[in-house]
Amino acid sequence: MKFIEARKLIHEYIRRDEEGNVESILTALDEVDLDVKQGEFVAILGHNGSGKSTLAKHLNVLLRPGGGTLWVDGKDAEDADNLWAIRQNAGMVFQNPDNQIIASVVEEDVAFGPENIGVPTDEIWKRVEKSLKSVGMIQYREHSPNKLSGGQKQRVAIAGVMAMEPKCIILDEPTAMLDPNGRREVLEAVEQLNKEKDVTIILITHYMEEVIYADRVYVMDNGKVVMQGTPRGIFSQVDTLKDYRLDVPQITLLAYELRKEGLQIPEGILTRQELVEAICRLY
Amino acid sequence: MLRDITIGQYYPAESVLHKLDPRTKLMATLIYVVSLFVFRGLAGFVAVTVALCLVIWLSKVPVGYMVKGLKAIVVILLITAVFNLFLTPGETIFIVWKFKITYEGLQNAGFMVIRLIYLILGSSVLTLTTTPNQLTDGLEKSMKPLNKIHVPVHEIAMMMSIALRFIPILIEETDKIMKAQLARGADFESGNLLKKAKSMVPLLVPLFVSAFRRANDLAMAMEARCYHGGAGRTKMKPLKYRRLDGAAYIIVFVYFAIVIWLRAA
Repeated sequence: MKFIEARKLIHEYIRRDEEGNVESILTALDEVDLDVKQGEFVAILGHNGSGKSTLAKHLNVLLRPGGGTLWVDGKDAEDADNLWAIRQNAGMVFQNPDNQIIASVVEEDVAFGPENIGVPTDEIWKRVEKSLKSVGMIQYREHSPNKLSGGQKQRVAIAGVMAMEPKCIILDEPTAMLDPNGRREVLEAVEQLNKEKDVTIILITHYMEEVIYADRVYVMDNGKVVMQGTPRGIFSQVDTLKDYRLDVPQITLLAYELRKEGLQIPEGILTRQELVEAICRLY
Repeated sequence: MLRDITIGQYYPAESVLHKLDPRTKLMATLIYVVSLFVFRGLAGFVAVTVALCLVIWLSKVPVGYMVKGLKAIVVILLITAVFNLFLTPGETIFIVWKFKITYEGLQNAGFMVIRLIYLILGSSVLTLTTTPNQLTDGLEKSMKPLNKIHVPVHEIAMMMSIALRFIPILIEETDKIMKAQLARGADFESGNLLKKAKSMVPLLVPLFVSAFRRANDLAMAMEARCYHGGAGRTKMKPLKYRRLDGAAYIIVFVYFAIVIWLRAA
């Protein structure tokens, strides 16, 4: 079943001067097609200003399409009546962990979403416990978010979205402000949710290493989807990626360079393990 | 410097007062404040003092910690005392230059200072035994009737709790900006008051810009989590009156009746 279906999605940021005349138009999304199935892990890659965050905000109806159609969970995003139903089913996690935590106690922050959609009190307690457990933060339930590390805060934010029991979580560069440890924590939590709870994940990022475990990858540049396919398929096109100012994971790059030098190594190597095996097979 | 403020801080402990409903504590504090301005004479003074000591003892908050909060109002206390001392007409005790100190003035000054000290101590018991969240919840619920005259009670309570959440973040940020500016040769310490105020500009401008950016992000995050005002909202920790609260209400009203009776007698 398709969870998200976008056809020729357009969004323009229009800047006007004081008289209301159009000064400049920035096309952030230019006829974007996107298909995400229920339970899939999709990554959207792109350089700064490629339109990937604008796309993410459309999926949660924080922005309305300027043209084209967008269906989320079988509902038309242009219809204002569907707004809350879509937001409830397509939760969103943002970049800055500090700016998305509302309450001053972890468990109360996780309860914020369910409170907004009118879940009864007993049920809120159950959901808070369940979602804090699912990201491994249950032992911090009574802590203040100010005392947590960046990765922990981001996991609390994910728990806050999980407590609304969405079918899909959209993560808009969730690791951009984290250190390597925090980044690993967050990605592990996300992968676990995808595998164990069958939550659809849309991960928006510019770190190539993070998309290796995705089912499919979209690459965006200048508001357009320029590449799509499996991580392996995408990373085998090292030169094209470089044109879009994206860095290939170091292991893939090493394999690519070795291959260029004439070694018999297959295309699209993603992990260190794969490279080791490929090299061992040569001798 | 910003970390030393103790007024309005929560002191975690296991006491009867900590367990009370915030609405009960708000009401009790209000009645206590009224009683401070109602009492008259030595008997009344004894009644309010005993009540305050009892409550402080019940709260299990160290007295020293509480008295620290008084430092902030020393100046106000002094001004009140001086004005009362010199400007109350009555039986003159002695004259200093053009001002005469009267017996009534001395009495007024004494009582006024005591009233203010008790006022601060009494209300700090409220904030020391109630978490900020409980306090805003309590305010929201007790102010609910004002909704009928279009006071946005829920919104105000939400703003208060968000403000409380962001105080430590903004303090940290101020610290960071200050250090960044110091590293580039800014000088926050020297000069007269005007110069010092001027040197705060490079600190305040980036702080405001970042606060607005945070507010924007936070609003978006709240909307993404289906926040749409107070209507149809449920609570994880709804406020519920218990037996303890009933008993507390009775005690508070009896106390108030005694103070009134002592005033009349």
